[in-house]
Amino acid sequence: MATTVLGHEQTLPAHGAKTGLWSWITTVDHKRIGILYGATAFFFFLLGGLEALLIRIQLAKPDNNFLSPEAYNQLFTMHGTSMIFLAIMPLSAMFFNFMIPLQIGARDVAFPRLNAFSYWVFLLGGLYLNVSWLFGAAPDAGWFGYANLTSKQFSPGLNVDFWVIGLQILGVSSLAAAVNFFTTVLNLRAPGMRLMWMPIFTWMSFITQILLLLAFPVITVALILLMFDRFFGTGFYVPAAGGDPLLWQHLFWIFGHPEVYILILPAFGIISEVLPVFSRKPLFGYAAMVFSGIFIAFLGFGVWSHHMFATGMGPIADTYFSLATMLIAIPTGVKIFNWLGTIWGGSLQYKTPLYFALGFIAMFIIGGLSGVMHASPPADLQQTDTYFIVAHFHYVMFGGSIFGLTAGAYYWWPKIFGRMLDEGLGKLHFWLMLIGFNLTFFPMHIVGLLGMPRRTYTYPAALGFDTLNLVETVGAFILMVAFLVFIYNVIKTTRGPRNAPADPWNGATLEWSIPSPPPEWNFGQTPQVHSRDPLWETKRARGGPLPEPSPGTGAGIHIPNPSYWPVVSAIGVTAIFASLMMAHKTGYWGVIVAVSILFFGLYNWLFEKGYSEFTTEH
Amino acid sequence: MAHPTAHEHEAGHPTPGTYAKIGLFLFILTALEVGLYEITYGEHAGAFGHEIQPFFVPLLLALSAVKFALVAMFYMHLKQDSRLFSGVFVFPIIIAAVIIFSLMVLMAYHWAFAASGG
Amino acid sequence: MSDHAPALETSTGLDSRKLAIWTFIGSECLFFATLISNYLVHKQQWLTGPGPFPHEVWTDPATGKVLEPIIEIPLVTVGTALLLFSSLFIVLALYGAQKGRRGMLLGWLGATILCGLFFVGMQVYEFTHFVHKGLTLQRNMFGASFFVLTGFHGTHVTIGVIWLITMFILALRKQLPSTRSLNLEIAALYWHFVDVVWVVIFPVVYLIK
Repeated sequence: MATTVLGHEQTLPAHGAKTGLWSWITTVDHKRIGILYGATAFFFFLLGGLEALLIRIQLAKPDNNFLSPEAYNQLFTMHGTSMIFLAIMPLSAMFFNFMIPLQIGARDVAFPRLNAFSYWVFLLGGLYLNVSWLFGAAPDAGWFGYANLTSKQFSPGLNVDFWVIGLQILGVSSLAAAVNFFTTVLNLRAPGMRLMWMPIFTWMSFITQILLLLAFPVITVALILLMFDRFFGTGFYVPAAGGDPLLWQHLFWIFGHPEVYILILPAFGIISEVLPVFSRKPLFGYAAMVFSGIFIAFLGFGVWSHHMFATGMGPIADTYFSLATMLIAIPTGVKIFNWLGTIWGGSLQYKTPLYFALGFIAMFIIGGLSGVMHASPPADLQQTDTYFIVAHFHYVMFGGSIFGLTAGAYYWWPKIFGRMLDEGLGKLHFWLMLIGFNLTFFPMHIVGLLGMPRRTYTYPAALGFDTLNLVETVGAFILMVAFLVFIYNVIKTTRGPRNAPADPWNGATLEWSIPSPPPEWNFGQTPQVHSRDPLWETKRARGGPLPEPSPGTGAGIHIPNPSYWPVVSAIGVTAIFASLMMAHKTGYWGVIVAVSILFFGLYNWLFEKGYSEFTTEH
Repeated sequence: MAHPTAHEHEAGHPTPGTYAKIGLFLFILTALEVGLYEITYGEHAGAFGHEIQPFFVPLLLALSAVKFALVAMFYMHLKQDSRLFSGVFVFPIIIAAVIIFSLMVLMAYHWAFAASGG
Repeated sequence: MSDHAPALETSTGLDSRKLAIWTFIGSECLFFATLISNYLVHKQQWLTGPGPFPHEVWTDPATGKVLEPIIEIPLVTVGTALLLFSSLFIVLALYGAQKGRRGMLLGWLGATILCGLFFVGMQVYEFTHFVHKGLTLQRNMFGASFFVLTGFHGTHVTIGVIWLITMFILALRKQLPSTRSLNLEIAALYWHFVDVVWVVIFPVVYLIK
């Protein structure tokens, strides 16, 4: 990473066009890729939200026929699948992409083209899943696809095929990104930044990458086995053939439980960044936060069958998984107390990011409490498959992840876009979201315990769920208004001047030491790190705030060239899976063509001029 | 002749002779595995084979583990390289072993439980 | 990622691409572990289905036809030995690459590729032989688990062979000098991994009843 300015005769640092669609398609800049992830994920989030609103309309009154049962099944399946794989994970990826290199003082990630590839595969996978709507065959067997409902016998249509194939495509994206960020965090830290001095968001994200690397292969195999059952007539999950549907549940949840930590750890990281800055106080117990994150993540591999207490595993398995699950509450509790300890005695800046962070803590505690209740098998036998569970996971995933990601959005918006989001609208967004969220999901605890089952398109009037369901629907529409306020805030401030300072919040970490938005090369000079919270350290040594940094010219700094081979390769990967799905109708020629496209893309990528030492020209 | 830059290769780097010896070891271990199979279950297995049947699987897995370790430590250079690489390889293997073991136990128990009337 | 920078300035002092391939290999351990779990889990139950079986004789109740155990140890042992030797050969090729000895590199790399091709050939032969004898993916749980596990392994070997052929062509064109030996080392790590997975699969599938 060159840092010396070598003179004006050097080539300009930025290669290729900087504006226009082609520059976005060929970008390998982590900041642009982050924005692409964010915009795409937000679109899918709104789509998932629309699916939720449709569900809530159907459930607003008993014996409703706004939606047919088949449509309802497709909607709740796609709502879950979209929110998890197409919204929360890629919204986290937006922050991994944009912020990790900045927080560690790097110019980009370890493998910029692989980074672009991950994004394009994600986009194509998300589109693939949603193209199923056009066939009238959206996935409809739940986001967890329990066997043997997903077998060819019970789901003969294309719905489950789209799901199996779509998730496989998304898995490629996640795995590639995980290898990339794992390597980036280990290898590209600025001089002096030892692991225990890294920003806590980078730490939590790093742990998330490890979880991705370990958990995604398991679901990949589970999906492969399902694909073989559906396309090639094997019987892995088919009892009549000697298979067992329970195997699917084990494999899925061995992935699925680490997956929920993948969903929450980035939000934990964001909150752990926001609270210190807005309390003007260092994070309480940094080491405990790191180790509790590590402990939660790895213990998370040992608890998966708490999703299966009702399957008859036997008392020994039930007991073990119950104890292990309760054990996870301990490091989680450590985090919560440390967050409170951070705020305690702090000088609070009452800005929108802090509001969402405080909301996160409160909502996540509620979600955690219901989670501990499910950890007891006897209690769970009543709660499972009811809305009590729906309440729990929305409190941790929405009240947790989404509140956390929203806090991150308001916090890092000036850095990413160079504009401050409007504070008044931000606070309005917060209150509408808090009220709407609790109105929607708190009553679910009650109706769940009253016996309202999950995944059922309607309920009879006599059961007494009606009033609360109506309240929940009203809450959902309030949530919609909250997000409209956010969108309005974005549009309004985008029309305004791009005048955000480099360090609007008096931040502690390196991203606030460069202009908002950062120049393409991030840091004019590689930062030297001497402590945790390096920017606070620098400001303290200086006795005051830093002057507004100049972007510099970037002369003499090498920036990776843009490239379209990641897009081509991404198309190849998607085409392989799509043609597999069609193969039993159209034959295998499609697969061969798709593999050729992938090889064509990969070989050109690997031997690309200006990148590879294997080309004869340099 | 240019040396590879900043690599750990210089100290303690195995020679082709060492590699060949390890290769011979691997071949012998494989022969032992197959030999063990023949003695225990082969067409000409005798009373001795019957005696050692309970030890067959542990012995076989032990032989494979040695082969695995030899390839990993010497051919993949884990012995000479940074311990980070060993960590990145071994940690997933431990999780993998836990998963294999857990699934076998859980599914066996499940089938037994179901067979006995549940 | 540009390779023009001379020294490694990474925080760990390790090359990012080497770290990345190890990370990928770590992840692949979970992939194969899950496939092996699937095989072992189903193994507990598969004698309830129709044969042929790997180690056991099966008599068709409908026709009275007797099907012999389908596994042929000698053939697979040869394949296993070939794969193990290929790991030796590639490490010798890498040694040649690192010392700038192109002849050594080309010779041993060629030998590695040949072993890999033979292994794939053996697997293809074995698969067609099994299908001939009535064992298909759909026939019974052994067929399903066996073909999926060894098939995915075989696919990984095939990808490895293609990778190594690419490296061979580069070496032929004098584009694999000792300064770039890391590229072969990365390919070799992948190749060793594929071998090491077979070291587990061979006893589990072929030798354990």
